Amino acid sequence: MASTIKAKLTWTSAMVTSIALLVAGSAFVGHYVYSYRASVARNLVVQANTIALNAVPALRFDDPESADETLSALGADRNIISAAISRPDGTPFASYTGTDSGGRRLELNHPIVSEGEQLGTVHLAFSLEELYGDVARYAQIATVVLVLSVAVAMLAARGIQRSIVRPVARLADAARAVSQEQNYAVRVQPTGGNDELGLLVDTFNEMLARIQAREAEVDAGNQRYERLTEELEQRVTQRTAELESTNKELEAFTYSVSHDLRAPLRRIDGFAQLLVDEYNAELPDEARHYLSRVRDGTRQMGLLVDDLLNLARLGRQDVRLQVAGLSSIVQRVTTSLQRDLEGRDIEWQIQPLPFVECDPSLIEVVFTNLLSNAVKYTRPRAHAVIKVGSIEQNGHPVIYVRDNGVGFSMKYADKLFGVFQRLHRAEDFEGTGVGLATVQRILHKHAGTIWAEAELDKGACFYFTLGAIPEARPTVSDQNA
Amino acid sequence: MTNGNIEILLVEDNVDDVELAVRALRREKLANDITVARDGEEALDVIFCRGAHAGRSFQYPPRVVLLDLKLPKVQGLDVLKAIKSDPRTKAIPVVIMTSSREERDLVDSYKLGVNAYVQKPVDFEKFRSMVKDLGLFWVVINQAPPPKAFEPNDQGQ
Repeated sequence: MASTIKAKLTWTSAMVTSIALLVAGSAFVGHYVYSYRASVARNLVVQANTIALNAVPALRFDDPESADETLSALGADRNIISAAISRPDGTPFASYTGTDSGGRRLELNHPIVSEGEQLGTVHLAFSLEELYGDVARYAQIATVVLVLSVAVAMLAARGIQRSIVRPVARLADAARAVSQEQNYAVRVQPTGGNDELGLLVDTFNEMLARIQAREAEVDAGNQRYERLTEELEQRVTQRTAELESTNKELEAFTYSVSHDLRAPLRRIDGFAQLLVDEYNAELPDEARHYLSRVRDGTRQMGLLVDDLLNLARLGRQDVRLQVAGLSSIVQRVTTSLQRDLEGRDIEWQIQPLPFVECDPSLIEVVFTNLLSNAVKYTRPRAHAVIKVGSIEQNGHPVIYVRDNGVGFSMKYADKLFGVFQRLHRAEDFEGTGVGLATVQRILHKHAGTIWAEAELDKGACFYFTLGAIPEARPTVSDQNA
Repeated sequence: MTNGNIEILLVEDNVDDVELAVRALRREKLANDITVARDGEEALDVIFCRGAHAGRSFQYPPRVVLLDLKLPKVQGLDVLKAIKSDPRTKAIPVVIMTSSREERDLVDSYKLGVNAYVQKPVDFEKFRSMVKDLGLFWVVINQAPPPKAFEPNDQGQ
């Protein structure tokens, strides 16, 4: 780019110089030729007049010698090639011949008039060789001047290049550094001039300074962001480790507490029983009643401890996934439940259930809890209906267990899955409040979820998914329940 | 302690538990001779006929050892290991009777060669019936290992 600008500048100066000199030279030479010829013509007319005046007596007296004398005076002018005087009939009267070098000439015929009568004609031939010799010389001079001028102009252009091309080249270099290396620290050396180029360089430098400052800000921001991210990650890792250790401690604690609580419970129950066995006759009714209360209490606490143990164990247990048929799991659970269903009228409506990826032993715990709850809370019904089925939601099965039992108020639905949370009085329905918490924990471990719908005294329906949480929660109409 | 035939060796550190277990066993009149060891060391003394039990003979091993896991001095699993790794005592039936239902304990016990593993229920009725079943099985129903089973040279085949 710099080279073309340089060449253009050089050529421009050479052309301008040449054109100016050619035009000026041509005008000068043209004017010179024109005025030379005009002056020669004027001069010839004057000389012809003089010759004509001098020739009148010679013609009148037919004296060609005196006319020859008159003509020979023209020898003083080297440029007069020839001169002649002729009579009116055209016959020559007198003549003079100078040196004729050939080439271009100017000729003039001038009448010799005296007292209104044409006595003859003067012929003059004037050589223009001097003129064209001058023109040729002028052309040579002009050529030399042209060459010298162009050389000087080119030298001058080099000086101009220094003030134009160099700053432009530096600008180009700087622009390349900026665009290719993202180096915003470069600056173009100022020209020191107040011209457009100086302004351009100054503006470019100013722009670079601004970009550099902006870049520095962005860099600082990025560094701060990276530092913050790192800090955050560290904090998350630390918190996760803390949480994991707390979780482990909690599980170990729960396990150990549950475990160590069993031994004293057994002793309380054992000695209370021995008291009844061995001193039954001596005990007043009230004492026996109190003892049975003690034993109920210990038994209840034993159940709580067992459930708590199971829940704690679940927290540590890995989920072993395999594809299992839910129907056969439900079949096993209902069979084992039926042993304790003497005197109950329960209608089981069990639809075919899908095969899903799950830990079958854990899902059996889920169904055991849900179905034994259904059995428990339909106890006041003369005819209990327990329905198990599945519906499809977004391609994923949603399993439900529905009963026509006592249900619960949806007001307390959020308490259903909390540990030790119960919605019924212990004397109405036995339980520890751990079952549904266990179910929820198992389903969470399967990346599933559970929710319930119920109406007080109308029944309840528990829904759960395995592996995918549906966007909307489907419901089952209660036409069968 | 008698020097004769021990029918049941109960290894249990808690006096209350000892009393409840002994009462349950006596009620069923299953065992005439119940020996109680209060920690792991004492249990090993009884089984390996040393210390206070130096007068005992390997000829008369207990019919069954009811072994708790949580024991002072020597842990239950170490007692089990000692019994099962010595040819003179290896054939003695050992039943772990504990509060623990932890999978790890079960795995370790069976790997060490335990003969049975039961969890003590909280409910005394159930505990009593369990102790009764155990006594009935190991003392009455089960054929005790013959003396030859305790001879060291018979093991190296």
